[in-house]
Amino acid sequence: MAVFQGLSEKLNHIFSKMTKHGRLTELEIKQAMREVRIALLEADVNIQVAKDFINKVSEKAVGQEILKSLSPTQQVIKIVNEELTELMGSTNSKLIVSSTLPTTIMMCGLQGAGKTTLCGKLALYLKKQGKKPLLVACDVYRPAAINQLKIVAEKAGVEVFEKGQGNPVKIAKEGVEYAKQYGYDTVIVDTAGRLHIDENLMEELENITKTIRVDEILLTVDSMTGQDAVNVAKTFNERLAVTGVVLTKLDGDTRGGACLSIKAVTGKPIKFSSVGEKLTDLEPFYPDRMASRILGMGDVLSLIEKAQEAVTEDQVQKLEKKMRENSFTLDDFLEQFAMLKKMGGAKGLMEMLPGMGTKIKVSEKDIDEKKIERTKAIILSMTKKERNDPSIINYSRKTRIANGSGTSVQEVNMLLKQFDQTKQMMKMMKNRKGKLPF
Amino acid sequence: MGLFGKLFSALKKTKDGISEKLRLLFSRDKIGEEFYDDLEELLISSDISVSTSMEIVDNLRDKMIEERVKDRDYVVSELKRELKDCLDMADDVEIVYPAVIMVIGVNGVGKTTSIGKIAAYYASKGKSVTIAAADTFRAAAADQLEVWADRAKVRIVRSSEGSDPSAVVFDAISSVKAKHTDVLIIDTAGRLHTKSNLMEELKKMSRVVEREFPEGNFYKFIALDATTGQNALSQVEVFDEAVGIDGIILTKLDGTAKGGFIVSLCNELQVPVVFVGTGEKIDDIELFDKDGFIDGIF
Repeated sequence: MAVFQGLSEKLNHIFSKMTKHGRLTELEIKQAMREVRIALLEADVNIQVAKDFINKVSEKAVGQEILKSLSPTQQVIKIVNEELTELMGSTNSKLIVSSTLPTTIMMCGLQGAGKTTLCGKLALYLKKQGKKPLLVACDVYRPAAINQLKIVAEKAGVEVFEKGQGNPVKIAKEGVEYAKQYGYDTVIVDTAGRLHIDENLMEELENITKTIRVDEILLTVDSMTGQDAVNVAKTFNERLAVTGVVLTKLDGDTRGGACLSIKAVTGKPIKFSSVGEKLTDLEPFYPDRMASRILGMGDVLSLIEKAQEAVTEDQVQKLEKKMRENSFTLDDFLEQFAMLKKMGGAKGLMEMLPGMGTKIKVSEKDIDEKKIERTKAIILSMTKKERNDPSIINYSRKTRIANGSGTSVQEVNMLLKQFDQTKQMMKMMKNRKGKLPF
Repeated sequence: MGLFGKLFSALKKTKDGISEKLRLLFSRDKIGEEFYDDLEELLISSDISVSTSMEIVDNLRDKMIEERVKDRDYVVSELKRELKDCLDMADDVEIVYPAVIMVIGVNGVGKTTSIGKIAAYYASKGKSVTIAAADTFRAAAADQLEVWADRAKVRIVRSSEGSDPSAVVFDAISSVKAKHTDVLIIDTAGRLHTKSNLMEELKKMSRVVEREFPEGNFYKFIALDATTGQNALSQVEVFDEAVGIDGIILTKLDGTAKGGFIVSLCNELQVPVVFVGTGEKIDDIELFDKDGFIDGIF
C-alpha cells in the first residue's frame, strides 16, 4: 500500500490546484505521467515499454472529463489501469489441444525460473481435467533434475518418461513415441534452464521442435525479473515461436512489471501464474489484478470501481445541493454510512475518497465497523425532528436516545460532535464542486 | 585469464548494451537537462533503483554545474566514481576461520550451484570444507548438492527429504566440531521472503548455529539472481530483518542482465557483494571486485 500512497499522493499534489475545472489538461497529464512512469519503472517494467505505454495513455487522458465520483488522481489511475489491463490481454488459461494426440507442451526458460515445479503443477491441472499427461525428462544437465521431476510427478500422480543423461532431442522423440504407444494424450517436456545467449542450448531446443511436433511452447518467467526480461523473452520467442507465457513466484511481493514487458515484446498471451509451492498453486492469469499490482495499488482500484457503482449521480447531486444550502442533516449522515457499508467500508476507502486523502487522516478507530453500527443505531433512535435539527437535542433527549440505541450519553455526544465537524468540513469545501465530501 | 578475466568477459556481453548507449549519450554536443534525464533512465534500465539512480544523477549534475564542466571524459569518470561510492557504502567481508556460511535466498536463484562452487573455492585454498544439505524441502535438492560435493571433493551431511532442516544443521555442526573443519556451508531451501513461517524456520536454523557453535564465525550470505529487478531490495531487506545478512552472492552474471541492483543494495542497505557466479562450471565463481565490476559495465 505504501507504493500506492506514494503514487497517489504525488498525483494528488499535482492535481491539488485543479479543483474547479472538470477536464484533464495536457500539462497536468504530463506531470502526472512522469510519476506513473516512475511507478512503472519501480515495478520493473522495461524502460522502453514504459515510455511507449505512457505516450499511449497520455493521448487518451488529455481532455477527458472527470467523472463526478472520482478525483483527478483517481481518474488518471483509472485510465492507466484500464490501459494496462487491456495491454496484458484477457484471462486466457486455455492450453492448445492438438487434434492429433498426443498434444505436446514444451517448457523453456532461464535457470531457476521454476520449470520443473511448473511441470508438476501443469500435469496435475491436466489430470484434474480428465487428461492423461506424461512428463518427459529432458533436463539432462542440472544435477538431480530428473530426480526432482520424478518426485514432483509422484506427488501429482503422473508418469515420467526418462532416459537418464542422454541426448535431450532423442529423449523427447522417444517420449512422444512412448506416449502414443501407451495412450497418453498430453506430453509435457521439461527442459534444462538455459541462458538465451547460450547458442548450443538454444539450438538444442530448436532441434526438439524440429524433431517432434510441439503444439505449445511455454516460456516460464520468474515474476521478479528486472529490465532484462525483454531480452530474454525476445530471444526465446524469436528462436522458438513461443505460444504462451507462465509467470512464476507471484506469491512474493514483486510488482511483476516484467510481465508487461514480455507481453509487449512477444505479444504472446500469459496463460498461467504460479502462486505457491504446492502443486495446486497454479492460477489462470488475471490481467486486471496484475495491472493493480504493477501500479502497486492492491485492491484500491476495485474500491474505485465500487465507489462508482455505489454512489449514483443522483446521490452526488443531492449531496451537492445540500452542501450549497448547508442543509446537511443527520439523515444524510446516515445515508453516507450506508453508502460506506455498500462499498465495504474501510480505512483505505475513506482515505482515497476525494478530498480526504490529503486533508484528513482517518484513524483506525473512526471507521471501526462496530462503531458504524452503533452510530446507525443512535441516529435511528432519534426523532425526525431531532435528525433535521440536532441543536434541539438536550440532556433528557440524549438520555432517551442513548437508552433507545443501547449506547451511552457520551457516545451520543461524540456522534453529535462528529456530525458538527463534518458540517464544518463541508462548509470549508463548499467551493469544491462535484466532489463528494465524506 | 586474469583474476577478474571471467567477470570481465561475462560482463562484456552486457557491456555492449550499456556502453553503447552511454556512447550515444555522450556523443551529443551538449550536456544539458535532457542528458541527465537520459542518464537517469540508463541507470534505471540496468536495474539500479529509481531512488539511487536519481541520487547519482543529482550528485553528478550538482558537481558538473559547480565545476562548470562540459568535458565528456570527465563526466564519465565522475559517473564511475559515483557508482563506486555507492558500492563503497558497504564494508567488505573478511572470512575468519572456523567459518559457518549459511546461504539463503528465494527460490531458483542458484543457491545450491553457488554452494558447490564456493565449496570448491575454499577447498582449492587448502581449507577443509563440509556442506550441510539443509534444503530438505525441494524435491531432490540434497541429491543435487551431493553431485556438487562430489565435484568439489568435500564432505556432505544430509538427511532424508522432509526432515527438520535445523536437525541437519545440528548434525553438521557436531561433525564439523569433531573434525575441526575450516568451513561449513549450509544450503537452505529457497523461500520467498513473504512467507513468514519459512522465515521463522530460517531463524531457528540460525539460532541452532549460534547456540551450538559459538566459537565459529557465522556468516549469512544471500544469493541474488542477476536477472532480478527491483525486488532484490525487498528480498535483502526482509531476509536481513529475519536473520541479518553479511553479504551477497550475485549469481547468473553470465547472462545479459547487469545486476545493477547491487549498486542500490550497497548504497541503500549497505550490504556488500562477496562472490560472483558466472556460469555452471565448478570454477565459475570469483570474489567480487568493485572496480572490475564498474569497468566491466562501462
